[in-house]
Amino acid sequence: MSTNDWPLWEIFIRGAHGLSHRHVGSLHAPDAEMAIKNARDVYTRRKEGVSIWAIESSAIAASSPEDKGSLYDPADNKVYRHPTFFDIPDEVGAM
Amino acid sequence: MGDNSLVLGHRVSEWCGVAPVLEEDIALANTALDLIGQTQLWLGLAAECEDKGRDADALAFRRDVWDFRNLLLVEQPNRDFGHTMMRQFLFDAWHSLVLAALKSSDDPEIAAIAEKSLKEVTYHLERSSDTVIALGDGTEESHMRMQAGLDRLWPYVGEMFLTDEHDLIDVAALRPAFAALTNNVLGTATLAIPTDNFTHKGGKTGAQHTEHLGHMIATMQFLPRAYPDAKW
Repeated sequence: MSTNDWPLWEIFIRGAHGLSHRHVGSLHAPDAEMAIKNARDVYTRRKEGVSIWAIESSAIAASSPEDKGSLYDPADNKVYRHPTFFDIPDEVGAM
Repeated sequence: MGDNSLVLGHRVSEWCGVAPVLEEDIALANTALDLIGQTQLWLGLAAECEDKGRDADALAFRRDVWDFRNLLLVEQPNRDFGHTMMRQFLFDAWHSLVLAALKSSDDPEIAAIAEKSLKEVTYHLERSSDTVIALGDGTEESHMRMQAGLDRLWPYVGEMFLTDEHDLIDVAALRPAFAALTNNVLGTATLAIPTDNFTHKGGKTGAQHTEHLGHMIATMQFLPRAYPDAKW
């Protein structure tokens, strides 16, 4: 048996204090249920999370690294797109 | 309870670094660590009750084979992965029922250890059940191996339900719940439960362990015996 027979899954975990799920890595598993169990064992051994998402890697549409220039460079000199000119009241908390 | 978790914990740890896939390797190591953690609690409590200046380490590493009181099932060697998971499933099913019963013990320390352990064991059982079903109802090869594991291990199941005067709970009374659980999982796994109810015994009483335990203990105890009280 080899993990090559199993699809690859991307694992996202929401930490105890995190607001959203974050990508933590990938692993092999025969199905979604086992992907969650494997994620529990591989990525939450130190109480890292309260929620796990597993997504089959092949289902992810990804941008191509070669398109880096046209996709991201135009944002370089548009400083006004960063909301750094506002004072955020403390009561708002994490944004 | 402490000897069961110690012996099975060590057995499962033997897979560390050599499991069939990385994910299973880590999952098995986690299970082993859970069991060794439970051992610390049970043997720690045993040492405290005994009050002869021994601690959990002394009980784990300085007793010889005839002083161990673990079930014969847990000392059986790993053999193949399917065999290991079948052993795990049979033990987990029993373990979860026993811990659930011990949770209502009048002794607050026993109840607390049982409660903490049961959370871990609930996950162990979930995982081993899934694996037994996946491999039992898997390929021809995996089905054959799971059936072989079940046939080989079944004669060690009966001992888990032999009650003696040291038992705090009536383990024999847990057999119907165990049967319901195992019938369900093994049935879904398309495996045939052996009909012969002959059982090996002598592990729990210490009267007669199988030859495997001595070899395992020799490996497990080598370091602390060669370097007594070493710290690192």
